[in-house]
Amino acid sequence: MSSDDLDALALLHDPVRRSLYAAVAAGGGDVGRGEAAEAAGVSRTLAGHHLDKLVEAGLLESGFRAQEKKGPGSGRPAKVYRRARGERSVSLPPRDYATLASVLAGVVDALGAEEQAERAAREAGVTMGGRHAGEPVEEVLGARGYEPYEEGGAVRLRNCPFHVLAEERPLLVCSMNLALCQGLLEGLGDDPGRARLDARPGECCVALSKTNKD
Amino acid sequence: MLSVMHLAQLNIAHMRAPVDSPELAEFVALLEPINTIADEAPGFVWRLKESEEDPTATVVHEYGDHLLINFSVWESRETLWNYVYRSPHLGVLRRRREWFLRMAEPYIVMWWVPEGHIPSLAEGMRRLERLKADGPGPEAFTFNAFYDSSEAVSLPAAAEARK
Repeated sequence: MSSDDLDALALLHDPVRRSLYAAVAAGGGDVGRGEAAEAAGVSRTLAGHHLDKLVEAGLLESGFRAQEKKGPGSGRPAKVYRRARGERSVSLPPRDYATLASVLAGVVDALGAEEQAERAAREAGVTMGGRHAGEPVEEVLGARGYEPYEEGGAVRLRNCPFHVLAEERPLLVCSMNLALCQGLLEGLGDDPGRARLDARPGECCVALSKTNKD
Repeated sequence: MLSVMHLAQLNIAHMRAPVDSPELAEFVALLEPINTIADEAPGFVWRLKESEEDPTATVVHEYGDHLLINFSVWESRETLWNYVYRSPHLGVLRRRREWFLRMAEPYIVMWWVPEGHIPSLAEGMRRLERLKADGPGPEAFTFNAFYDSSEAVSLPAAAEARK
């Protein structure tokens, strides 16, 4: 944990800032000042002030989007915001699970033990799901930081909770994540086959197909 | 003026059986769809093709039997990464053990080429040998030990800066 992380996260103590941050994150891409203001229920001016504070702290990034109408009177480009790529974490007392996870992932690779790792991930998912049996999978994944959203009837996951590890060892981590999600569905009493790999830039590698119950 | 540099990559895989055997049939059937995704991917520049007509033809070479070679050029690390790990190609990679032997040695190598330059297969294989012999450096590196095109001084790109 760095004091920068703590300072940045402390900014979110303000409920307006927190709802603006949530609105931008849920947008999944560039979100305009007006859109964010509307989602948070505040004025554009107030939203702009707080959004810029979040940019200063490195929680959001800003850019400009060209107006759709061209020519005279179309105005200057609109300022847009998106979630910053870097991650922040605070743990008290300090903990560092990521370093050990990275070392262990390297060991799995060195041993060629991917299949055992996937089996272990599946079992962990089943256990996790078992604690929430009967709950909708979207809620359980949401609580675990996957940020599910609906697209064409399927459930996509905006956030990869294992991002840093997935960048280091994508094949191992994405395969384990798929197994974990399948196990989770099984534990919930849902169909494990709904989870499949459907990787896209900037999102989790797993998507869930429509439920068979409908 | 800085010239634009592109990223060349070569990877090899040892097939469990001859390419025309039933064991490899499912893999061969995936070649056309997966290569089409590469060809249409943002940042794709070039790949070595054995045949313009037959999309299932794999590169013929003299580097050993049952050795599959993929050789391509991309605009950047990110565009290559997104194709390899953030497209349906990931699902094919995940099944690699069905068709390929596990390799203890490095099987992928990358290096920078000036825009418009198409490297030869012999050069790519030399770069892979260099990576195996000397480890990663600005002339032959990998995704995890990556070197930026501007790194005339040979410092590994700080992993932190890319996160």
